[in-house]
Amino acid sequence: MNLVDAGLFAQLCLAAAAILLAVFAPVGHRNLAAGIGVAALGVVGAATGVTALLGVQGAGLRVPLALPGFDAIDPLTLAPDRLGGFFLAIVGVVVAVAAVFGIGYAHGPVASRTGWTAFAAFALGMQLVPSAGDALTFLLAWELMAGGSTVLLLADHAAREPVRRATLWYAVMTHLSFLLLVAGFGVVIAASGGTTWSRIAATSINEPLASGAFLLLIAGFATKAGLVPVHIWLPRAHPEAPSHVSAAMSAAMVKMGVYGVLLVVLRLLPMGPRWWAIVLVVVGAASALYGILQAAVQSDLKRLLAYSTTENIGLIVTAIGVGLLLRDSGQTGAGDVAMLAALLLAVSHAAFKTVLFLGAGAVLHATGERDLDLLGGLAARMPWTASAFGVGALSAAALPVTSGFVAEWALLQALVHANSQVDRLIAVVLPITMGVVALTIGLGLLTFVKAFGIGFLARPRTPAAADAHEVGPTMRAALVFGAVVVVGLGLVPGPLAEALATAVNAGGVGTVGATGLALGGFGVLLHPLALTLLTGAVLVPLVAVNFAIARRAPRRDVDLTWGCGGERTSPRMEYNATSYSEPLVRVFRGSLRASRSVDVVRADGAPLLVEEMAFTQETVDVIEDRLYLPAARGVRRFGDFARKLQNGSIHRYIGFSFAALVLVLLWVAR
Amino acid sequence: MTAILVVLVHLAFALAITPVLIGVMRTVRARLEGRSGGGIGQPWRDVLKLLAKEPLRAPGSTPVLSAAPVLLMASSLVLSALVPLVSTLALPSVPGDLFVVVSVLLLGTVALALLGLESGTAFGGMGSSRHMVIAALVEPTVLLSIYAISGPVGSSVLSVIVAARSADPASLLNPVSLLAIVALVVVVIAETGRLPVDNPSTHLELTMVHEAMILESGGRDLGWLEFGSWLRLTALLGLVANLAVPFGVAPDASLVGLLVGVATGAVKLLLAGALLAAVEVFLAKLRLFRVPELLAGSFVLAFLSVSAAYLVF
Amino acid sequence: MSTTRLLKLIARTGRIAEPLPAQAETDASPEIQVREGFKPPRALRGSAQVRHVDAGSCNGCEIEIAAAFGPVYDAERVGARLVASPRHADVVAVTGVVTQNMAEPLVNTVGAVPNPRVVVSIGDCTRGCGLFAGSYAVAGSVDDFVEVDVHVPGCPPPPAAIVAALRAVTGR
Repeated sequence: MNLVDAGLFAQLCLAAAAILLAVFAPVGHRNLAAGIGVAALGVVGAATGVTALLGVQGAGLRVPLALPGFDAIDPLTLAPDRLGGFFLAIVGVVVAVAAVFGIGYAHGPVASRTGWTAFAAFALGMQLVPSAGDALTFLLAWELMAGGSTVLLLADHAAREPVRRATLWYAVMTHLSFLLLVAGFGVVIAASGGTTWSRIAATSINEPLASGAFLLLIAGFATKAGLVPVHIWLPRAHPEAPSHVSAAMSAAMVKMGVYGVLLVVLRLLPMGPRWWAIVLVVVGAASALYGILQAAVQSDLKRLLAYSTTENIGLIVTAIGVGLLLRDSGQTGAGDVAMLAALLLAVSHAAFKTVLFLGAGAVLHATGERDLDLLGGLAARMPWTASAFGVGALSAAALPVTSGFVAEWALLQALVHANSQVDRLIAVVLPITMGVVALTIGLGLLTFVKAFGIGFLARPRTPAAADAHEVGPTMRAALVFGAVVVVGLGLVPGPLAEALATAVNAGGVGTVGATGLALGGFGVLLHPLALTLLTGAVLVPLVAVNFAIARRAPRRDVDLTWGCGGERTSPRMEYNATSYSEPLVRVFRGSLRASRSVDVVRADGAPLLVEEMAFTQETVDVIEDRLYLPAARGVRRFGDFARKLQNGSIHRYIGFSFAALVLVLLWVAR
Repeated sequence: MTAILVVLVHLAFALAITPVLIGVMRTVRARLEGRSGGGIGQPWRDVLKLLAKEPLRAPGSTPVLSAAPVLLMASSLVLSALVPLVSTLALPSVPGDLFVVVSVLLLGTVALALLGLESGTAFGGMGSSRHMVIAALVEPTVLLSIYAISGPVGSSVLSVIVAARSADPASLLNPVSLLAIVALVVVVIAETGRLPVDNPSTHLELTMVHEAMILESGGRDLGWLEFGSWLRLTALLGLVANLAVPFGVAPDASLVGLLVGVATGAVKLLLAGALLAAVEVFLAKLRLFRVPELLAGSFVLAFLSVSAAYLVF
Repeated sequence: MSTTRLLKLIARTGRIAEPLPAQAETDASPEIQVREGFKPPRALRGSAQVRHVDAGSCNGCEIEIAAAFGPVYDAERVGARLVASPRHADVVAVTGVVTQNMAEPLVNTVGAVPNPRVVVSIGDCTRGCGLFAGSYAVAGSVDDFVEVDVHVPGCPPPPAAIVAALRAVTGR
């Protein structure tokens, strides 16, 4: 039994242990015990994943199934390959960090026995999905993941009504994705005669079936990944979940959708026609742009982060699509780099999204507020949280030297160095993709400057923000660890990329100068450590000069900020999140459909004197408004019509049964 | 080793020529308006005076107030080091690749935006919001226009692009190049806050973009902010000047080459600045909500440039 | 105006800034009154940014200040420039009587200027309230609220006097 198999077995045992701890630990210690249990599960999962990524391949854990009449079912297998190992590693680390955070954070329903059991089950499901070696295991683990997350989502349902609606949307969309996956897997299983990935990969499925399966599977995985237009559960569910669960969902669970897409295009149905890649590019680019545009105008911090997840997954899928397209047209160099960029984007997103959601959780814990319009001044009161959130925001905006920077760099290198003269399709797709990627970078910058600046800088806008205090040691530890990972991944792109390149069979990737990333095929390199040293070399004399000058003219404290001389300025007059993105709402008013209302309360008996004014701006999710609500209305209208058939008369019902029987007899007798 | 010498020359050149560039621009503008102006040395005097003055701190400020100006200055210096201002010999481990240069530029942008928010006043937030919206809308143009001129060269490293263009003068006049340079000029104007996107000498807070973010900073904070912003202008204008007219840029670190590079770089930069200042006399600031139209126009130019790259080549 | 017409106008007009009087003449000129014991701060040699505060004036002095910074008198020659925020300024130029509403903002504005700073009061209203002395809306003159370093008398003072006052600060 080699390391990977031992690791898989250990995960199963640890999951059981975590559940036992959750159920039997005394109430005062439950958070600690269950949290440590789940964290251990995550750590072992990460270790197993890294081992699998580095090429250790085991026989896997198998459970033979003998069902009468179903000979085509292969044994249930758990055997992660390199790609599965990579995603397993991501999930493991995210689960561990979220669990440690949860030790300090979980309170109320999510800290109950059900809550921690569900968390353990959720974590196990997420870790089994990339380890699955056949379709049945995959689907079972998928359902475990979905079930666990649904239970966790319901944690605060008694306290808040939006939680119930969000869970309803989430449950419906998750099961929609499950049905699509079942259909898609059904097609490939029927065509290949077996359920294991190797059996399916070995069969070459002919065209209409392959494309049908591709579309079904991609639709299912896109729903889980939160791509447009099936993303609408994301901005509802992620904000309502408890924060450590949001972090796990956003950083790890949606990656399962990405894993599924990669599984389909790289392993199950490789060598597909070109239009598959175009579908991925179009869906990815649309998600990226729509996601960041919506994120930029949100004032609810967690909703902003949820839409940002849609954007990042969109970028990942775009990178996958571009990689496929380029590989298909013979440009393996650029195509490999694009695939590598997709993986780098995935790991970078997992890292910074965890930090950001946990930071939002810390803010919620300290102030009770999620709305950026009511926060402010938190950097002085919660320095650790602010610093960690700042590092996460830096990475989300793809600025040096963080993991996000490395990932975006790789994607742009692939786009820039692809030879666009090869054919017209690539010549059109590449610059449009580049424009979309550039716009999402720019909007991402705005979004995260807004999230960090409005929430943490300036002065507190409400007493809740003014009374904030720093969070406890376990939460701080999780945040700091996450931030260190974000920066660490950004400083060692070379070894990281070399490890990831094997997962997607990418060549031409090398390490230079111990940590730098070199793309040999293009002769370009990225050495963030060297860039940091250069910046340091520039900063040191600058800071020295500044210090020397400061001794002569030290900073003086004064009583007032400059507010045009008046003393009636208050923190409520600062710009808030809604006003920060107002120019953007104007520029993109076609796609953002903001509705504004101004309510004026006038003084009694003096209609020209205003006592109070309230301005509200709401942006709706256009896709939900134009696609889902009409569809839901259509279904309801159909239901109303169908109700006419159900008028309560027993004679009519007997008539229906009789008619059905007659039809069946006619059908059988033909 | 020689690359380090080149970096030092770049930094020294940028530091020395920046106040002169601003002085030349202000003097050109003053002369065209019939005034004498403060002279070419006035910006230097202004900055030295500011650095000697005390900064003030209001209650509730965070270290962002004192760190952001230094960070802006540092990002501008790193930008000057990476951009081929005088020589195309790049540092082997930090070659001044397209995305790296843009990211360093954006670091400065973000530092400034956070400073604006930190001040805790309505004006600071307003300036920060406008500044970030403009930065977001100018991103696609930056990346696409450099992508367009990197196509024929086969590399996205700025020094390599400039070196290739100076070796092939015919490439300077083809439509790809011209459209990309025009788009880049609009980018420089937008990123550095010059007319018609922003008026650097306005006193009306509601028309400010850059100024509004620094209203709360005084003394040496303001000194670093002003110098850092001017340095950005030097680096970006120098880049565009060297892309448009790459002759004279030193291909190596030889003494003669560097001297020629410094001299021609200075001349090109000052001429470009004077031209920019002269054009500014004829322009009024655009209303904020017309600026996206300008930026969309520059994006269309950049996109046309990229399309021309396949049609022409 | 079209670009070509503007270009022709620029070419025709040339430089219209009137020459500055020699430095020695300015120091002895009766145009400005300097506070006893005032020495222009060394840091402000050659460069002084000016923040103007209207503490309740009739705007006559403002028009003269605008003329002082215009092409004919060109105060930028002496190193002065108008700025928007007192944090950026070295010199606070105050005009007008101090009205009830402007008393506090005036003090706050001067307080918001980093050291070294100079207060220049422009116009007769700033010393003794001029025409408006005794009005119910007037809280006092500028020297009742802040220490004035340079005073430019006149109602309104000529732009040359305002330039001379700024010259006294920058020494150019």
